[in-house]
Formats: sequence, structure tokens, C-alpha cells
Amino acid sequence: MQVAITVNGVVQERDVDPRTLLVHFLREELDLTGTKIGCDTSQCGACTVHLDGKVLKSCTLLAVQADGADVTTIEGLAENGEHHPMQTSFWENHGLQCGYCTPGMIMASAAFVRDNPGASEGEIRHYLEGNICRCTGYHNIVKAVKQVADAAAGS
Amino acid sequence: MWPNKFDYVRAGSVDEALSSITDDGKFLAGGHSLLPVMKLRLDAPEQLVDIGRIPELQGISANGGLTIGAGATHDAIATSADVQAMCGALASACGQVGDQGVRNFGTIGGNIAHADPASDPPTVLVACGATVNIQGADGSRSVGAQDFFVDLFETDLKDGELITSVSLPNCSDCQCAYVKFPHPASRYAIVGVAVCLKMDGGACAQADVAVGGATVKAVKCAGAEAALAGTTLDDAALNAAAEAIKSDISDWLAGDIAYPESYRQQMAGVFLKRAVAAAQG
Repeated sequence: MQVAITVNGVVQERDVDPRTLLVHFLREELDLTGTKIGCDTSQCGACTVHLDGKVLKSCTLLAVQADGADVTTIEGLAENGEHHPMQTSFWENHGLQCGYCTPGMIMASAAFVRDNPGASEGEIRHYLEGNICRCTGYHNIVKAVKQVADAAAGS
Repeated sequence: MWPNKFDYVRAGSVDEALSSITDDGKFLAGGHSLLPVMKLRLDAPEQLVDIGRIPELQGISANGGLTIGAGATHDAIATSADVQAMCGALASACGQVGDQGVRNFGTIGGNIAHADPASDPPTVLVACGATVNIQGADGSRSVGAQDFFVDLFETDLKDGELITSVSLPNCSDCQCAYVKFPHPASRYAIVGVAVCLKMDGGACAQADVAVGGATVKAVKCAGAEAALAGTTLDDAALNAAAEAIKSDISDWLAGDIAYPESYRQQMAGVFLKRAVAAAQG
């Protein structure tokens, strides 16, 4: 089936098998391998992207369902060559260990702070229930998100 | 994991969806129950009819009671001012489904059609006297939530029928709450209890109680309701209700190696007390 999905600002037209998951479309059709496949059962959040601005686990949506939608992946988060503040904060706070969960963590956190500037540490920890870090490196991840949330509240 | 191969049809209206569905077809809305099942090959429908873009299935309206389109997402229900005002327990339950990514796309229609015993919304729908509105090729019908949920992953839906909306009475004069004991990893309900209390001064005129998670389907609990009604919800009444709820659910218990049936049965009484406290808080 023919689909036209805007990914990181570029319309991508492809003929896909209807059973193609959005994460497969991104990784295998578009070579956007920043989006990871972790658990593949919509629990771990490694495949998190934004679909029309909303956080989505891209292993649990067919590409045909995203036809006409606007998708942002980790590769599209930076603007004009500048890292998104969440990317910078993960860098500054070393919010990663092996890095596998990082793209999903950053995509989920960026949407969360956009909608909840000034979020508390407790709110951040609760929100990130949908993103699992198998290294258990949550401490610096939460620190990174908190730094951006605090800055967003102050601006 | 790739799902099985299937034919894909995108329906623009309920009529088109009903005329498109085949014997081996399934309706696809958000896909957050169906696609995981298909990826695990627990189901392999030969056709998916995508109802995710049908305007008639969207939206939440308040007119005396609540009418929630089958395509309303958990997030839309959890954050709806109308749902919060008329049935706070449902807003709370929908806000506890999965995580934000799941709530953004999973729908109430898909949730109840799937009928996962550990899911949160069905327990509230049964307690609060919701009605499931269904359309099929031969016309429409409505079923009370209590009769809609038949058994483990089994509902009253017939082949080719589509849930169009869920209706709820206005519970704004009631004290209602949903409290769950979430599994520490999956956050699914090990036990979930919903209560809806109609108070008359300090006394409970009527109590509606349902349990999920501990059971193979959401179960209405007449014994616990009788133990609470007509009391001031004092300790004696709560203890009697916590005892009665064990009998109410005894025919429907579910369990696993970590949380066996007997444990969940006991916890149902504990969480009933917590739900009553939350409703009154």
C-alpha cells in the first residue's frame, strides 16, 4: 500500500506491506537507525518517536496507520545544527551508560518537558515508567530531564 | 517481530467498516492491544479494517450522562474535564493504563474488545453501570458492561460487530474511586477495585463495587455492596465487605506463580477498603 509519511520534515512516499511496523519503516526503509527496537512489546520505550507531536512507541503502530502523519525521530530533534536542550542536557549530565535506551529516553523526555515545564523529580520518575534503562542508569537520566524542566519553568 | 500477513482496509465510516469486515477480519483502532497480540502470533487475522480515522467514533460528549466514542484514547478520557467531573474513577483508571505512549494511541473501544482481565477501565465500567453500544450489519444494540465481559479475553461481541461508544450515567453526585495494586514490572493490575458510593448524609445509601485483575474478567460484587449499603462505612462494615468480596469473586479468580489466587482474593478485600477511603477522600 502506498503511504506518504512526513519524517523529520521530509515527505517520504513508499509502497509498504501493510504489516510493516512504523519502526521497521523508519529503520529499514529510511535507514533512520537512531530509533531502536528493544522489547518489541510496547513496554521498554527504546522505539519512542513523536507522531503529530505525541509520544508513540513505534513498534506498536503500522506504517499504514501513520499515513499522512508527521513523525519526528531522534535524528530530527536538533534544529539548525543545534542540539535540542534535552540532548545537550543528557550530554552534560552523562544521562546514559550503554546508550541503547537514550534515543527513546530523549524523545519521551522532550515531549514531557514541553507539556510539563517545571516538572518535579517525582513527576519525571513517574512519567519515565514507559522507558526502561537496562543498565539502570536512571539517576543521571532524571538529573538531565530535571535540568531542562527547571530551565523551561524559568524561561 | 512482524505480524502475520493480512489484507488492510481503511474505513471512512461505520457503515463502510461493517460492510468491509470479513469472517476472518478484525477491526483495528489504535492497535495497542491487537498489534502486540498479532506480533506474538496469539492471533493472526487475515484482514484488518482500520477504523482509526472514522469521525463518528471520536469524541466525548456530556449530556446528562457521558457518551465516550469507541475511538477515544485513554489519554483523552483521563484528561477530559467532563469525564473527571462525571466519573472521576474512569478518568483515574484510564490515566493508569500502560504509560503515556500507550495512552496516547490505545482506545477505550479496543481496550474493552480485547478484555484483558488485568486492564483498568473495565473494572470501573462494571462498577459505574456503563453501557456498551454496539453496531452490526443487522442494526445496533446496547449491553450493560456487566454482561459485556463474559470470561477471560471473551466478550459478548459477535463476529462482525463493532463497538461504537460507551455510555455512563452521571456519577458527579457519587463518591467514586479506582485503586489498584500494580504489578511491579508491568504495572498491570494484580488487583483493581472500583467503588461508586451514593451517600445520604453520613450514611451510604447505595454502593457499587467491582473487582478486576484478581479475576478473569471484571466482576460486580453484590455481597460487598450489600455489606456497605445502609452503613456509615465504619470499620465493622468495611471488614464485613472485605470478607464478602472474597465470596463475590471466588468463581472467577485468576492467579500466577508470583501472585496466586488465594493471595489476590485476600488483597481484593484490602484494596476494597483503600478504594472506599479514596472515594471518601
